[in-house]
Amino acid sequence: MTALTRWIRRNLVVIAGFGTLAYLILPNVVVLVFSFNKPNGRFNYEWQRFSTDAWTDPCGVADLCGSLSLSLKIAVWATIGATLLGTMIAFALARYRFRARSSVNSLIFLPMAMPEVVMAASLATLFLNMGVDFGFWTILIAHIMFCLSFVVTAVKARVMSMDPRLEQAAQDLYASPAQTFLRVTLPIAAPGIAAGALLSFALSFDDFIITNFNAGSTVTFPMFVWGSAQRGTPVQINVIGTAMFAVAVLCVLAGQLAGARRKRS
Amino acid sequence: MSVSRRAARAGLRSRAATKERAVTREARALERAGTERGEGTATATPEAPQDAAGPEPEPVQKPPLFRPAVRKRLVPYWLLLPGILWLLIFFAAPLIYQASTSVQTGSLEEGFKVTWHFQTYWDALSAYYPQFLRSVLYAATATVMCLVLGYPLAYLIAFRAGRWRNLVMILVIAPFFTSFLIRTLAWKTILSDSGPVVGALNSLHLLDVTSYLGITEGQRVLATPLAVVCGLTYNFLPFMILPLYTSLERIDPKLHEAAGDLYARPVTTFRKVTFPLSMPGVVAGTLLTFIPATGDYINAELLGSADQKMVGNVIQSQFLRVLDYPTAAALSFILMAAILTMVTVYIRKSGTEDLV
Repeated sequence: MTALTRWIRRNLVVIAGFGTLAYLILPNVVVLVFSFNKPNGRFNYEWQRFSTDAWTDPCGVADLCGSLSLSLKIAVWATIGATLLGTMIAFALARYRFRARSSVNSLIFLPMAMPEVVMAASLATLFLNMGVDFGFWTILIAHIMFCLSFVVTAVKARVMSMDPRLEQAAQDLYASPAQTFLRVTLPIAAPGIAAGALLSFALSFDDFIITNFNAGSTVTFPMFVWGSAQRGTPVQINVIGTAMFAVAVLCVLAGQLAGARRKRS
Repeated sequence: MSVSRRAARAGLRSRAATKERAVTREARALERAGTERGEGTATATPEAPQDAAGPEPEPVQKPPLFRPAVRKRLVPYWLLLPGILWLLIFFAAPLIYQASTSVQTGSLEEGFKVTWHFQTYWDALSAYYPQFLRSVLYAATATVMCLVLGYPLAYLIAFRAGRWRNLVMILVIAPFFTSFLIRTLAWKTILSDSGPVVGALNSLHLLDVTSYLGITEGQRVLATPLAVVCGLTYNFLPFMILPLYTSLERIDPKLHEAAGDLYARPVTTFRKVTFPLSMPGVVAGTLLTFIPATGDYINAELLGSADQKMVGNVIQSQFLRVLDYPTAAALSFILMAAILTMVTVYIRKSGTEDLV
């Protein structure tokens, strides 16, 4: 008994940590389990009986897959836009001393420090008064706007921690500027850029609040889920949630394996 | 001369101010800065053929005098221009525009006019102060809960996970690739009246305690403050764990050994060494949790009832349902001002201004 209590005391942090981990993963388990449910009514909140109907027919609900592909499309474009603009800003901030540097820094920081609903409402007010039609473009503009800061932060951290002597060394070895950039600077900055891009993809794909204000009658995937929470959630939503989880885990694992292999060779 | 050719090439590039070129131009500027820095050694070395890729041997010379220097100074501005313009037009300008909307009066049919009607602020505040207070209260509770739950996990990843570190990290991040709304809906299942949480609390006779504390009502957990705070905590937990982990990871484990060598008990080591050194992470994490949690309306909408409405719900319904834009704008402004004030005070108090 004392051995057990001693073990518990020594590993209290580990136990508490795993408790939190369980808390984090629990809803995903529920999503997985309920993707095999066959609900009685419109709502998929109570377990009835096992069925794979939703898995064999994931697009069986009207508008679900349309909203999903719209969300993917927006996320891809928002990622491209935000990563391009954000990487440029990050390089400027990390590499140069110039006037207005601190104001630029605060302009980058503010969107992250602002409650989303404030940004969402203000942008929608602007669009409304400019007479812009809400839809794909307004969503895309809004997404690039709020993803930008996250890309800048991710890339900036990476570029700042990079040793400038590596580039000087490349110069000393007679690399042309283009070569230096492509073969030294970019590969070193790449993990930061990739992290920024991944983050903006995830943020854009999952965003509900800003999209809700700026979408008009266009329905993205999160908006479809939101609507279905009121009208009755189809089981297919759980299928797609599980699939998203699986794809994400596979991607991360693949990245890890690739990284490990590279390190070994 | 190669210098003039380089200047000419750079001139061509500056005219075509496309994004991709700006990046390579920046590389050129880096190169120039590099040659300037390494000037002494570069001129001393005998001229060598540059590279197979270069068109012809380029003698290394003193950097050109006037134009490239000016251009070099402009490089950061060219890099910043598109992104900053985007933020100014679609982030800063709307905020200013919203300020003017908040002092407008009118209706959807007649149109809105700026009448400096500050009364809107007063009306909004007096009508919706319960939602404001509730937002701050819920967000603060969720932030504390996130800190309490997140710290052990961040500590575990930073110091105890060893070679499992990456795997645990994946397990922390991966759940967040399932849509946030789907996961929040899953909480509806977990907390439902016939669900496991209510059952467990019931068998432990804790529901009476929580009802007495006012965080649950009757035999329910769903549609009570407990459910909303639980959802908020869950949804914003990674924003706490990641900065905590980053700052914990920077701590040298030797410091722990040193504290142990000086006969500090683990608790003392934590209190005197680890926790103070992780303060930047704590501050960043609490901010990243508190700010979005205050403005959130998804958890209150999906897991709460009409009695758990937060200020985000009010803004959303004023803007999208009632179409009372001035009130929505005034509410957003009050929320923004309140948060900025709280955050500023908090950062001052915690003494980590260099954080941002």
